[in-house]
Amino acid sequence: MKTSPFPSTRTAFLAVLAAMTLPVGAQADDFGLRGSITPEIRVFSQSPSSPRQTNSDLSIAGELTAKYFFGPHENQSIVVTPFGRLDQRDSRRTHWDLREARYSLVDGAWELRVGIDKVFWGVTEAVHLVDIINQVDAIEDPVKQEVRLGQPMVRLRTTQDFGTFEVFLLPYFRERTFPGADGRPALDIPVDTSLTRYESSRGKHHVDAAARYSNSFGDFDVGLSYFQGTGRDPILQPALSKDGDLVLAPFYPQIKQASFDAQATKGAWLYKAEGYWRSELGRQYEAVTGGIEYTFYGIANTESDLGVVAEYALDSRGMVARAPYENDGFLALRWTANDAASTSLLVGVDIDANTGARGFRLKADRRLSDNYHLSIEGYAFGDVPQTDPVYSIADDDYLQIRVARYF
Amino acid sequence: MMKRVWARAAFLAFGFLTLTLLKTTGAWAEAAGLPGPNDPTARGLAIAKINDERDKGWGDARADMKMVLTNASGETSERELHFMMLENPDPNDGNWSLMSFDRPRDIEGTALLTYSHIKDADDQWLYLPTIKRVKRISSSNRAGPFVGSEFAFEDFSTQQLGKFSYTWLRDEPCGTMTCHVVERTPLYEDSGYTRELVWIDTTDYQFRKIDYYDRKNALLKTLTLNNYKLYENKFWRPLELDMVNHESGKATKLIWSDYKFHTGLTKEDFTTASLERAR
Repeated sequence: MKTSPFPSTRTAFLAVLAAMTLPVGAQADDFGLRGSITPEIRVFSQSPSSPRQTNSDLSIAGELTAKYFFGPHENQSIVVTPFGRLDQRDSRRTHWDLREARYSLVDGAWELRVGIDKVFWGVTEAVHLVDIINQVDAIEDPVKQEVRLGQPMVRLRTTQDFGTFEVFLLPYFRERTFPGADGRPALDIPVDTSLTRYESSRGKHHVDAAARYSNSFGDFDVGLSYFQGTGRDPILQPALSKDGDLVLAPFYPQIKQASFDAQATKGAWLYKAEGYWRSELGRQYEAVTGGIEYTFYGIANTESDLGVVAEYALDSRGMVARAPYENDGFLALRWTANDAASTSLLVGVDIDANTGARGFRLKADRRLSDNYHLSIEGYAFGDVPQTDPVYSIADDDYLQIRVARYF
Repeated sequence: MMKRVWARAAFLAFGFLTLTLLKTTGAWAEAAGLPGPNDPTARGLAIAKINDERDKGWGDARADMKMVLTNASGETSERELHFMMLENPDPNDGNWSLMSFDRPRDIEGTALLTYSHIKDADDQWLYLPTIKRVKRISSSNRAGPFVGSEFAFEDFSTQQLGKFSYTWLRDEPCGTMTCHVVERTPLYEDSGYTRELVWIDTTDYQFRKIDYYDRKNALLKTLTLNNYKLYENKFWRPLELDMVNHESGKATKLIWSDYKFHTGLTKEDFTTASLERAR
């Protein structure tokens, strides 16, 4: 069953079509159309936990970005970025989304944006605690959680001498995407999004709000943010589906969250920290992560660099299903060849200090030619006890190969 | 009375002829008021100062740049970028720049914002377009290659006067012109060079050639700056830069185009907020 992220799919398609017809009569300079098609193969090394899962999966993703600039000094723009994926095995992973569909106006130190947009907050590498505005597209990026769904918003930003100040109005909620029963990696009990409930009686239409202040002081970059509204992180509760199967039903509570992010850049050393205080369902809890990044430039008399990232994450909730990084250490090495093909290789490990569970990550990238880019990712788990939140996906070690074709 | 007029005319003609002869032989072709060859440090600094002065007041600029990387086997790959630059009115601090990639497509939209400083490391922010992340990065890797090319980050950054100490070595012909040869030594940390030899022409005081000497004081790279074009009747810009690495046999050519000055850029165009909309 395809998930339709909008009240009307037809509206979304019309928006895309409208964006594509806009540049009629405009000069080539003001209009840009870019895109990529990325076939992907995933191979799983272990036997699946469910008979509906398999050991391999093929899919293809496509993304298009249309940009149009206009107005005095081209201070206005419209950007539309539809995305879609077709998956061989998992019908839920076959999904599409409007990553961006926004109008933007710049006037001196002020910028206004209306429409679907993406915002990134944060400084750490392993866990992104404060990046709250956009919902995670968990089917696309289950581990890093950097790929996000488009978020409708009205956003006003100003950069002044005292720093950058930004306010957000978020009128529509995006549910987190989850793999279907055929999907892998997946939780052992599938998530049934038809049973989704909200704490707010307005459901998806609860208007959320956020604000952010950020500034740089010499070597320091700091940000303070506040969010109030429907929490992006669902509480998954056991329930019975229509057919009487055991499923997990998402519940989205109302939250208030204050967060900070800070980085000190001292030569080749980067010191980072970010964290939040959250109030949810009458309880308060906090999470924080931080660490260092150091780069060895020109190792062994070559042009390549070796970066080391060491971070730690803590969550005051302790050992509960919703907090996968409650007491975890992360270590990653990133080798960058600095060659014409921009070759890089990252290997990382995550160790849960409470359960001893280990997660391994690998990412290799290389440009094959002007228009082709190869990306290989691998994820594996080790020594995961049943008490650890990642237990149900611990049997889903996989290798993923993607070749992106740009045009 | 007529005799005096003729004498004066003859004197003037003689003087004019002498001056013309002297100019073509190069003996008088340099700027006035330079310290003489007996004070090479002062002379070197004065020459560098003239070059610096001739580039004051450009305000703001935009330009496109194409980079052609050639490896030792002769294979090439290309990059296309566009730049925005803002001159810092404060002489004790560096300029601001925002560069954004256009090609290859997989890094299109990747942008780098730099607030450069003279002796301290620059403040730099990198924009990653796939996740819309602004990341403050370390700029201490001055000697490292800029996107896999033969240009190091320090070769690319603004050549502020206070970053080097200067010693004049000699004057010699360079192509159809005459050049001062000045040795300059980096005063900032993390440089990959012990010294550089710079050829500055005696007419317009622009860089014509730079020899880079690595940490072992061996000649590592040579940069030739060609196809100078005059903008707004005042500012010279080289439209073609050729960097050859003598050790690896690799080369990188930079081709600048579409230079525009005084386009109305302000500091507001050089903030982390403007990284996403860099064009």
